[in-house]
Amino acid sequence: MTGYRDGHRGILLEEPLIFEQDSPGCSGVDLPEVEGAEDTLDGLLREGPIGLPDLAEPSVVRHYTRLSQKNFGIDSVFYPLGSCTMKHNPRLNERMARLPGFADIHPFQPETTVQGALALIDECARWLKTLTGMPAIAMSPAAGAHGELCGLMTIRAALDARGEARRRVLVPESAHGTNPASAAACGYMVDSVPANARGRVDLAALKAKLGPDVAAFMLTNPNTCGLFEDEILEIAAAVHAAGAFFYCDGANFNAIVGRVRIADLGADVMHINLHKTFSTPHGGGGPGAGPTVLSHALAPYAPLPLVIHDAGGLRLVEHPLDPALRATGAAPLGRLKGYHGQFGTFVRALAYMMSHGADGLLQASSDAVLAANYLLAELSGDLTPSYPGPCMHEALIDDRFLKDTGATTLDIAKALIDEGFHPMTMYFPLVVHGALLIEPTETESKATLDAFVATLRDIVRRAKSGEGPALREAPHLAPRRRLDETTAARQPQLRWFPPAPAKAAE
Amino acid sequence: MRYLPLTESDRGAMLAAIGASSVDDLFRDVPAEARLARALDLPNHAGEMEVERRLSALAAPNMTAGSVPFFLGAGVYRHHIPAAVDALIQRGEFLTSYTPYQPEVSQGTLQYLFEFQTQVALITGMEVANASMYDGATACAEAAAMACRITRRPEVLLSGSLHPHYRAVTATALQHTGHRIEELAPDPVGIEDLMGRIGGDTACVVVQNPSFFGGLRDLAALAAACRAEGALLVVAVAEPVSLGLLKSPGAMGADIVIAEGQSLGVGLSFGGPGLGLFATREKYVRQMPGRLAGQTVDADGRRGWVLTLSTREQHIRREKATSNICTNSGLCALAFSIHMTLLGEQGFRRLARINHAAAAKLAARLRAIPRVRVLARRFFNEFALLLPTAAAPVVEELAARRILAGVPASRFYPDFPELADVLLVAATETATESDMDALAAGLAEVLK
Repeated sequence: MTGYRDGHRGILLEEPLIFEQDSPGCSGVDLPEVEGAEDTLDGLLREGPIGLPDLAEPSVVRHYTRLSQKNFGIDSVFYPLGSCTMKHNPRLNERMARLPGFADIHPFQPETTVQGALALIDECARWLKTLTGMPAIAMSPAAGAHGELCGLMTIRAALDARGEARRRVLVPESAHGTNPASAAACGYMVDSVPANARGRVDLAALKAKLGPDVAAFMLTNPNTCGLFEDEILEIAAAVHAAGAFFYCDGANFNAIVGRVRIADLGADVMHINLHKTFSTPHGGGGPGAGPTVLSHALAPYAPLPLVIHDAGGLRLVEHPLDPALRATGAAPLGRLKGYHGQFGTFVRALAYMMSHGADGLLQASSDAVLAANYLLAELSGDLTPSYPGPCMHEALIDDRFLKDTGATTLDIAKALIDEGFHPMTMYFPLVVHGALLIEPTETESKATLDAFVATLRDIVRRAKSGEGPALREAPHLAPRRRLDETTAARQPQLRWFPPAPAKAAE
Repeated sequence: MRYLPLTESDRGAMLAAIGASSVDDLFRDVPAEARLARALDLPNHAGEMEVERRLSALAAPNMTAGSVPFFLGAGVYRHHIPAAVDALIQRGEFLTSYTPYQPEVSQGTLQYLFEFQTQVALITGMEVANASMYDGATACAEAAAMACRITRRPEVLLSGSLHPHYRAVTATALQHTGHRIEELAPDPVGIEDLMGRIGGDTACVVVQNPSFFGGLRDLAALAAACRAEGALLVVAVAEPVSLGLLKSPGAMGADIVIAEGQSLGVGLSFGGPGLGLFATREKYVRQMPGRLAGQTVDADGRRGWVLTLSTREQHIRREKATSNICTNSGLCALAFSIHMTLLGEQGFRRLARINHAAAAKLAARLRAIPRVRVLARRFFNEFALLLPTAAAPVVEELAARRILAGVPASRFYPDFPELADVLLVAATETATESDMDALAAGLAEVLK
């Protein structure tokens, strides 16, 4: 296939592992040698080599640069990964997070020396509370799933305080996998609520499942089908009437920022994925942040640490015995994260929010919804939307349009790669067959959206005109063709090992 | 707004294509009474210069570590980060990509995760490592839960050597899952009896080395005691640079090693984001939390990498998953891995020796101050000082003199009066002779 020495194809370069580039005697750092200091460490010292490779800086820079060139990123391509909100990551935010006053401070400096940092956390919290209409927030959760755990734990703490041993959490069948996993980690049994024919929660089924043992109902809104739960006020009322709490999963908050406050929807708690809605970069899988807004009823149980105002300025409450807690009647559920949360992520999110302002955030959510509906409308002739519009920030399509073509959702996704587009989310949510979930976000131009539509239509027409089986070979032009995931799982190779020494000739 | 590429005419054309009269029309599923009818109490959009000005005003009053003599540790360490690290992690293809679910166009991320996993396994002396957790504290909680799954036992024994945040996070995370957390009292001098506490219900013992208070110990006997009782030994490492000098936890018999990777490549950033490292023995890999990159081949037989063993994970297994974790610390793992690659075998070992030498020098200097004692005989780059008076006011006093002296143990243990005079002091390669002089002179003067 390649025909070229070492597999290179122009700028698509093959790159060995760092361990295969070991060049003893080289180093990427210049550090002085020190001797004799470890005299007191007899018996505790490492014996023998670790096995790390030695490389000079130019080799290291080239290695990681070449690796980067094997990745799609938002910077280079349209990345309409449904449910993930892959929007532009402004570089101002990166610059702000690197200001020495934010990047070069230690979490345990005296509070008098970090007043600006505490003010930043407080200001970020104020924006998030205002945008959701909620009175309190726990800033420390490290990611969305961590925020779910935080929210469910506050619910459990509130119920325990009431003396109610409710042990069931209801979750729609279309929910992200983190919802049931978080509920289980909080000691709850998980019960699934079906969707109705309109792709929303089946209100009658929900009501039938609500009872005195239900602690909470978890709902993503807009939901994972990209639809606004139009009966949400009735849902909230039913959940509350049953004595349960209403957990909103904020994964799809991007659709409604500035337009709807979740407090006005009856939510008791919602985590916010700063790496989605507020554009702190995804970074190939984190770090993110999942600050969690709380109602008055749940606020006393927010985990430590808390930032509070007192006579001396801003202060951290880090310990359950802090007198400030007694004064307010707060009873923190414990601690979910080391130190004070994802501070660097807060800086980026606040820079994003300040840049947009109230007007820009509203325009952003409007454009995100407009772009998704535009794709839904433009694609509906050739593909099969699962539900009639309008959708919110993402368009859900199922695989009916591929019937008898010999191609699958996976094949369509992989064919997009050859055309320079990152695939949409595939096979999620589980409530429709062969799902393609497309989330364009507000930071794509109409020209990009049009190019995507034209390309996707073209692929689909090829599939329908007998080229379906050929699509199974895609991608052809990526750094790798389809990878053998079955073998990877059956015979896991999770690290590099040095090659076995050549056997001596017998 | 500079981040929004749609023009008014684009919007009009798109609405026409949709057949909607306005954007408001697209939101018609939102109940009318829930729509926000008024403007929020927030400012409107701002240009780059203005945002930079407002945020710089919040950054400016903070006393930066690099501007003063600085000796804080307690789980977060200041090391020099080579310039190439930050330049490389800011490449858009790394920074702006998602979790590598489409392996054909994510080989860069997958390959560095595979290299990262190998580095973590090597330095911890373990067989396999995952692609990262949020931080050391949450990794510790996950390790305890994993040990309970493997042993099917309920009790987790947390050593007094363990970082108080790791203890608190573990106790919080496991409070509703039917586990029992036994916390030993904070142990500044390393005298606790862990072995005597291991019993038939013990799923794991969690110890930290170097200890939260700086002391070092050989864990081989504890590992043997755990093995004899069928419990697992979980070793926490809050300062991974120590692994360049000290015997690895794996070599001492650990079953699971968790660590905070922040020291390498990530920086202080007021304590977050961090980087959870998680390593274990191969036989436990299917009970491990978190993502794993694995090697395979593509349709043309070329070597490549994919995320694998995902049947452990929440997006497949939902409420039966080994953990609820999804987003982890990918970019921090990259920073760690680049820093580690720049260091290499020689540099990593040398960096560790420099750190230890700096701390040894500082300890000798501080020990010379009347009525000041160094608590641990053997330490890596951090040690506990016993002062003749409460440590917290001393730290405040020194901060007023622009010296960031250390972390008072009372910040974590206000309920242990015997720790009120204990100060944790760390010295890394960033501490200069004159920094040490300034601390020694300042401390002597404040204690006068």
